[in-house]
Amino acid sequence: MLADNILEMRSITKSFPGVLALRDVSIDVERGSIHAICGENGAGKSTLMKVLSGVYPHGSYDGEIVFDGESVAFKNINDSEDAGVVIIHQELALSPYLSIAENIFLGNERSRFGFIDWNRTNREAAELLQRVGLNDNPITRISELGVGKQQLVEIAKALSKKVKLLILDEPTAALNDSDSEHLLDLLRQLQKQGITSIIISHKLNEIKAIADAVTIIRDGRNIETLEMDELLGEDRIIRGMVGRDLESRFPDHEPHIGAELLRIEDWTVHHPIDHDRVVVREANLTVREGEIVGIAGLMGAGRTELAMSVFGHSYGVGISGRVLKRGVEVKTNTVSAAIKAGIAYATEDRKRYGLNLIDDIRHNISASALTSLARMGWVNESREVVVAESYRKSMNIKAPTVEAVTGKLSGGNQQKVVLSKWMYANPDVLILDEPTRGIDVGAKYEIYGIINRLADEGKGVIVISSELPELMGICDRIYTLSEGRITAELSREDATAERLMQHMTQEREKDHL
Amino acid sequence: MTATTPAPQTGVLQRASRFLAGQLRQIGLFIALIVIVVFFEVATQGITLKPINVSNLVVQNSYILILAIGMVMVIIAGHIDLSVGSVVAFTGAMAGVMITKWGIPWPVAAVLCLVLGALIGCWQGFWIAYFKIPAFIVTLAGMLTFRGLTQITLQNQQISPFPDGFRAIGSGFLPDLGGGVSFVEPLTIVLGVLSAVALIAAGIRGRLVRRRYNVEDEPMPWFVAKTAFTTVLILLVAFLLASYRGTPIVLIILAVLVVAYSAVMARSVFGRHIYAIGGNLNAAALSGVKTQRVTFLLFVNMGVLSALAGLVFTAQLNLANPKAGDGFELDAIAAVFIGGAAVTGGIGRVTGAIIGGLIIGILNNGMSILGVGTEFQSLIKGLVLLAAVAFDVYNKRRSGK
Repeated sequence: MLADNILEMRSITKSFPGVLALRDVSIDVERGSIHAICGENGAGKSTLMKVLSGVYPHGSYDGEIVFDGESVAFKNINDSEDAGVVIIHQELALSPYLSIAENIFLGNERSRFGFIDWNRTNREAAELLQRVGLNDNPITRISELGVGKQQLVEIAKALSKKVKLLILDEPTAALNDSDSEHLLDLLRQLQKQGITSIIISHKLNEIKAIADAVTIIRDGRNIETLEMDELLGEDRIIRGMVGRDLESRFPDHEPHIGAELLRIEDWTVHHPIDHDRVVVREANLTVREGEIVGIAGLMGAGRTELAMSVFGHSYGVGISGRVLKRGVEVKTNTVSAAIKAGIAYATEDRKRYGLNLIDDIRHNISASALTSLARMGWVNESREVVVAESYRKSMNIKAPTVEAVTGKLSGGNQQKVVLSKWMYANPDVLILDEPTRGIDVGAKYEIYGIINRLADEGKGVIVISSELPELMGICDRIYTLSEGRITAELSREDATAERLMQHMTQEREKDHL
Repeated sequence: MTATTPAPQTGVLQRASRFLAGQLRQIGLFIALIVIVVFFEVATQGITLKPINVSNLVVQNSYILILAIGMVMVIIAGHIDLSVGSVVAFTGAMAGVMITKWGIPWPVAAVLCLVLGALIGCWQGFWIAYFKIPAFIVTLAGMLTFRGLTQITLQNQQISPFPDGFRAIGSGFLPDLGGGVSFVEPLTIVLGVLSAVALIAAGIRGRLVRRRYNVEDEPMPWFVAKTAFTTVLILLVAFLLASYRGTPIVLIILAVLVVAYSAVMARSVFGRHIYAIGGNLNAAALSGVKTQRVTFLLFVNMGVLSALAGLVFTAQLNLANPKAGDGFELDAIAAVFIGGAAVTGGIGRVTGAIIGGLIIGILNNGMSILGVGTEFQSLIKGLVLLAAVAFDVYNKRRSGK
């Protein structure tokens, strides 16, 4: 009962305008342990870690944090790092054109009278690199290292700050198998040196291999903390992760599924920078007329990469495979070719990739099918207004006129503009990537209605989503994606959250056995 | 779910003030132009608006205005072109060599110069669009390269004189239908009235169309005031020009370019794609816009317009000069930004760039008449540019709240 806890977070509640991100979350981490936190995307794991590390300062949340026996009130990251809490984010925060040593001591320079003491900098960096098992010269530029080694540099940087509690957010998401293995070994070694780690991960076999305890977070609440032992199966963790009521509201829909519309065969994509890394591996999938097909996968599984590589090779290099429309191979190697082939892709990041935020609704809706509004290169503006106006009404875009600037609309209305743009392009297959991300409940319901309507018109719809209930609520068929491979195909009836999660976390090794 | 939301009904005054707030930038630009004109008219004791000076203002700023049209398009797309001054010099030099050394008839030489401008645009556009070198670097290199080629072509000598026909491009006037005896030149008055009528007709037609589709938010009194103001302005300029030697040929060239390029930017697929690229390059590419081709064509267009400016400038000075066009790129860029284009791309208008160019031109002209030294001219132009952009940034921040 009297465990020696290095960290106790008590009744943490954190809300953002309109959203309760964390509700009464408590977590105890034993000194010298490796503690895993898992949960679905958006469950609140990262928010919790940002509360802990002072990214959300004391006072912006309710509850108490006791670290190393003292109640703490971190105002920023510097405070938490001074206390010995270091967080390593999923997107590594290294400066690519500085050396390893410079990065390790960035903001914490080894200096004398304001000048960098290079000998000391490089010597101490070399010692730290040895501790993390990296043999590279400390004067090597970061950009010359692979992601795996960069991860180790981050850990070396953490060690330089006399870390007591190391937090890793999805540390192996971008790593290959041997790098992952090395990283896990390192965490075990650090554990022997007395450093406590919190690891956020989706990979259940990793958690099983390394963690002493696992806390499951779901919908901003901590569900349970399980001690790891031989008997604890992955199924048990999955049940904790997904076991929410599925009574979220979805419009009723009777599917009318016709002939095969789109078939993707042996689709393989490599990473645009790290050419050896396979991001999508021999994926096969089909969509039929009037069918809503889901793609489920955890962060980094390759969902967006699959969709964007099909849509005009907008992502990746070394792309191979075939795309067939109604049994005939079509070219999709440029965006305009893909659009011509009847494929549309509505991005997950509408602000960066979907909309011209400084322009109005009308011009955004006509953007991808402008030539169909034009004769001899001149746009028929009257017709453009009529078209935009009709979408504003039918999609219920809340704006006074179609000349309202899209940057000032709410997320839900922006999403409706993106969908209008692609509906006006009149494709046969729409790939919708996270169509309801960052949208309130009412607008979500409307978007689901629109998706159903598209299917009723005989179009094939592919929905990529992180929210399993959403996929189970609207899709006729769901593919699961894990580490770039399609691991399963489940019909609406067979798709339970547990089963999906199992296939989404399925590792490559198992498949090869 | 199916009920449409009616547009929120607000008071007429409120709507009008909201509309005017949205137009603040353009209103401000116009007011600035008027204030500057009035200031110099008073300060120069009436010289600024004398017929001969108005005629000179048009003629002497024409090449900067031509460049500003191309430049605003480049800047809307999020690029920049530093080479235009050198391209002006190079095409002018080639015109000189072709006409005076090789004996090519001047109309043929003029066309060849425009083709040369297009080829220069192809060269720079290739590196920018397909090789992905930032336009700043490519055109900085172009600025040096074409200046060097100019000097080589001219062997560091000036070429002069040019045939009369060629010179008319830069300094000629439309024929005087009054036979030089009437008080004002009739053709110019006719052209002025016709353009005023065309402007009013286009305004009313546009308004009717926009009302039909229920997107008109411009208050009626504002429309009337604006149209009346521009009509008076056009007639005034026509009257002043007619009192001197009539319509300069470059004004016709310029008017055609302004009308054509305003239409291209507002209504053509090409123009729309330029705004889309400048507003969000990624979104444009993912919407199927052939971003590389648009960028390439943009620089080809800039090359042709630079060549045209080079012809006008050479014809006007009756001289091909190795130092010609020095600093033109900066005047053109300043005109574009004074005219309200966004540094980040995606926003800007041809008419804005023209007004920006006129503001610079009137500042130059007025200060020269007043005998202000070039050092102070440069200082004041710099501060005006900074003030214009600062006003923009402030305005944006205020409306963002």
